[in-house]
Amino acid sequence: MTVVAVSRTTLPVGSKGRNASGWWGMLTLIATEASLFAYLLFSYFYLASHAPPPWPSGGPPSLTLAIPGTCVLVAGSVTMWWGERGIERGRRWQLATGLVLSLLLGIIFIVLEGTEWAHKGFKLSTGVYSSLYFTITGFHLAHVIAGLLMLAVLLLWTMLDYFDENRHSAVSIGVIYWHFITVVWLAVFFTFYITPRLG
Amino acid sequence: MTTTETHRAPVIAKADDSSPSSETLLSNWEGPGGLRGWLSTVDHKDIGKRYMITAFLFLIIGGLEAAVMRAQLARPEQHLVTPEQYAQLFTMHGVTMIFLYALPVLSGFSNYLWPLLLGSRDMAFPRLNALSYWVFLFAGIFLYASFPLGKAPDGGWFNYVPYASRTFNPGPNIDVYALGMVLLGISTTVGSINFIVTLIRTRAPGMSINRVPILVWGTLTASVGNLFAVPAVTLAFILLWTDRQYGTHFFDVTNGGQPLLWQHLFWMFGHPWVYAIVLPAMGIVSDGLPTFCRRPLVGYTAVAVATVTTMVLGFGVWVHHMFATGLPVMSLSYFSASSMVIVIPSAVAVFAWVATIWTGRPVFTTAFLYFSSFVLLFVIGGVSGFMTAAVPVDFQLTHTYFVVAHLHYVLIGINVFPVVGGIYYWFPKFTGRMMNERLGKWSFWVMFIGFNVGFFPMHVLGLAGMPRRVYTYARGLGWDSWNMVATLGSYMFAVGILLFLINVWSSLKRGKVAGNNPWDAPSLEWSTSSPPPPYNFAVIPMVASRYPLWENYMDDEGTGRSSIHEGLLLDHGRETIGTTMLDAEPAVILKMPGDTYAPLVLAIGLAVLFTGLLLHSWWLVGLAVAVTLLASVAWLWPQRSLSQIER
Repeated sequence: MTVVAVSRTTLPVGSKGRNASGWWGMLTLIATEASLFAYLLFSYFYLASHAPPPWPSGGPPSLTLAIPGTCVLVAGSVTMWWGERGIERGRRWQLATGLVLSLLLGIIFIVLEGTEWAHKGFKLSTGVYSSLYFTITGFHLAHVIAGLLMLAVLLLWTMLDYFDENRHSAVSIGVIYWHFITVVWLAVFFTFYITPRLG
Repeated sequence: MTTTETHRAPVIAKADDSSPSSETLLSNWEGPGGLRGWLSTVDHKDIGKRYMITAFLFLIIGGLEAAVMRAQLARPEQHLVTPEQYAQLFTMHGVTMIFLYALPVLSGFSNYLWPLLLGSRDMAFPRLNALSYWVFLFAGIFLYASFPLGKAPDGGWFNYVPYASRTFNPGPNIDVYALGMVLLGISTTVGSINFIVTLIRTRAPGMSINRVPILVWGTLTASVGNLFAVPAVTLAFILLWTDRQYGTHFFDVTNGGQPLLWQHLFWMFGHPWVYAIVLPAMGIVSDGLPTFCRRPLVGYTAVAVATVTTMVLGFGVWVHHMFATGLPVMSLSYFSASSMVIVIPSAVAVFAWVATIWTGRPVFTTAFLYFSSFVLLFVIGGVSGFMTAAVPVDFQLTHTYFVVAHLHYVLIGINVFPVVGGIYYWFPKFTGRMMNERLGKWSFWVMFIGFNVGFFPMHVLGLAGMPRRVYTYARGLGWDSWNMVATLGSYMFAVGILLFLINVWSSLKRGKVAGNNPWDAPSLEWSTSSPPPPYNFAVIPMVASRYPLWENYMDDEGTGRSSIHEGLLLDHGRETIGTTMLDAEPAVILKMPGDTYAPLVLAIGLAVLFTGLLLHSWWLVGLAVAVTLLASVAWLWPQRSLSQIER
C-alpha cells in the first residue's frame, strides 16, 4: 500500500441527524405503511360503494370522542416536534419533556379510542361496516401502541444521556414515524367520520 | 472513556488484496467463522449465496411437484393422485415457484452483486439483509409445514374466495397460506427497503445515477414496486384470515362483503409482482449480453427508462386478470388498453438487446446462449400476453392451458433462463472457478429444446379448450397426444436443469481457476479477487464511466478514467463511503455494524409469532412478541463504535 494523499475535504463520520441511512430506511418504511393504509381505505370505499344506502346503516358515527381523540393525537405530534427541536439545540430536558408529553397524549388517545370501542352498539362480526371499523381503527391503534413503545425507548436513551445536538438520529427517525401515525389518523378520521356526512 | 470520531479527512491510497493494509481490512471484516459465524454473519456475499441456494432448493421442490402433475396428465383418465392431492400440488407448485423461488433467487443475485457492482463494502443495512434471509427461510418452511399432513394450501396461488373461505375450505390449509404470505411479505419488504437505501447511499464516488448497471435499475425498480404492492397482498391475506377465524365479513357476500375485493387486492399486488420477478432478470441479461457481444449495451438510457416505465404502467393493469368477472365494459376497455401499452417499453428493451447482439461480435459461450435465447422466449411470452390483453380473446382463453403456456414462457423464459445464464456468468466470481463449457452447452440445449417441446403445445391445448387445474381429462377430446408431448418435453427440461446442477457441483470441485476477470467484463465486480475478500475492495474505487474496466478500449466515452486500485482506504473498523443521491459525491463515512445474532433472534421471534397465531396459542404469541421487541431494541441500541453516540 502506498498512501497517495489525504483527502483535502473532511467528511463526517457515522450517522448524524437526518444524514443517517436509518432516516432513509424510515422514509421507505413509511411509504410501504402508507400504502397499507391506502389499501385499507380502498377496501372501505369499495365495500361502501357496493352497500345499499344508507352507509353506515346506523347513520354517521358520533364525533363526541373522535374529535377530542384527533386533537390529542395532533397535540402529541406538536409536543414531539418541540422536543426534537430541543435536542437539535442541545437541550436534553426539552426532548425528555416532549417525549413524556407525547407519551401521555398517546395514552389518552388509546383510552378515548378504547372507550369509543366499548360503547359501539356492534362488534367485529356484526356486519361488513363493523368489520371495517374495528379492523381499520385497530390497525391504526396497533401503530399508536408501536409508536408509544418507540417513544418509551427513546425516553430511556435520553435518560441514559445518549443524545446531544450532534448525534440524535434515533430521535429524528422515531419522531417522523410518530408524525406519520398522526397523519394516518387524519385520513382514517376523515374516511370514517367526515365522508358519511358529506353525502 | 474513548471519544467518538466525528470527522475525518480520509486517506487515499494505492492498494490491492496483497497489500498490508488489506490485512487490516480483513481483520475488520472477517467474521468469527464456524457455526457462530454462520448464524451471525451479515456479509452480503454469504447472504446472497444462501438466498440463491435456498431458492434453488425450492425450485427443485416445485419442479418435483410439477413432475407428478405432468405424470398424472400424460394420459387421459389417470388416477395417480386424487383431486384433493392435485389441488394441493398445483397450489404449492405455484406458491413455491412464484414466491419462494422467483424473487428470492433474484434477491440472491442482487444481494451478492450490488455492493460489488456499486463499489461498496456492503449493503446499506447489513443486519436487515440477514433478517430478510432468515424470515424468507422461515416463511418457506412455514408454508410447507402442513404439506406432509396432507393439509397444504389448495386454493391455487391466487386463492380466490369464496372457495378459500371457511365455509368451503374448513381445514388449516388456507390459514397456513394466509399467515405464511404475511410473514414472507415482511422479508420482501425489508429486503426492498435495503436495496432502495443502498442505491441512495452507498455507491462508489463518481457512480452517478446514469452509470449504475442495468441489474441495479431492475432490482431498484422491483424494490420500489414491492414497497407499494406487497401491502395489498398482506392486507388481503389478513382480511381473509380474520374472515375465516374471527367472523369478519370482508369477502362474505351474504353479509355485505364482496368476493371481488379479494381479486382486486390480490391483483393490485400480483401484477406489479410479475414485473418484480422479471425486471431484475432482464437486468442480468442487459449486463451480461454486452460482455459476450464485446460492446456496450445499445440504448442504456432507453433500457433504464423502459425498466422503470414497465413498473409504473404495471400498477395500472391489474384488472386484466379479471376480465371474465362481469366488470363494466368501460373498465375492461381501459385495462385492456393499458395492458397493451406495456408492449412499448418491452419492445424498447427487446430491440436494444437485439441491436447489441447484431452490432456486436458475439462470443458463443453458454451464458450467451442463455441470455440470447431469453430474448426469443420473452418475445413468445410477450406475444401470448398481448393476445390475452384483448378482452374478447381473453374471454375465450382465460382459465385454459393457453394461460399456463403464457405464464411459463414468461416465468421460465424471463426468469429461469437469465438466472441460469447469470450463474454461468458469475460462477467464477462467486467461487473462483469456471463452469464446464462443454457440459454447459449440453445443459443449455437440453433445457431449451425440452422447454419449448414441453410448453409450446400448451398453447395448442388451451386453444383446443383444455381448462387449467383439472386433475384429469376424458379421452377423445383431442388433448391426449399433446399432453404426452408436453409431459415428455417438460421431463427433458428437468434433465437439462439436472445437467446444470451437476455442472455446478463438479465445477465447484474441479473447475478451472478463474482469476479476477475471466470474461474480460466491464463492471466493477470483476476488478476484485474471485471470490471477493470479505471487505470486497482494497480501496473504494472512483468511477468515471459506465464500463470502468473497458475504458482502455473505448475512446468515445471520453468521460475520464476510473481509478480502480487507488481510492479511499477507510480502514478504521468496518467502513464504507456514503455518497450523494444523484452525482455520487462523497458525503459521509459510514460505520457498518459487525456480525450479530439479533437478526436471527428477531426472525425466530416472528416465525414463532405466526405459528402462535396459526394455533391460536396466545401465550406463544405473547412470548414471541416479547422476544421480537427485545431483539429489536437490542439491535437498535445506540453504539459508540458506530458513531451513534458522541457525548
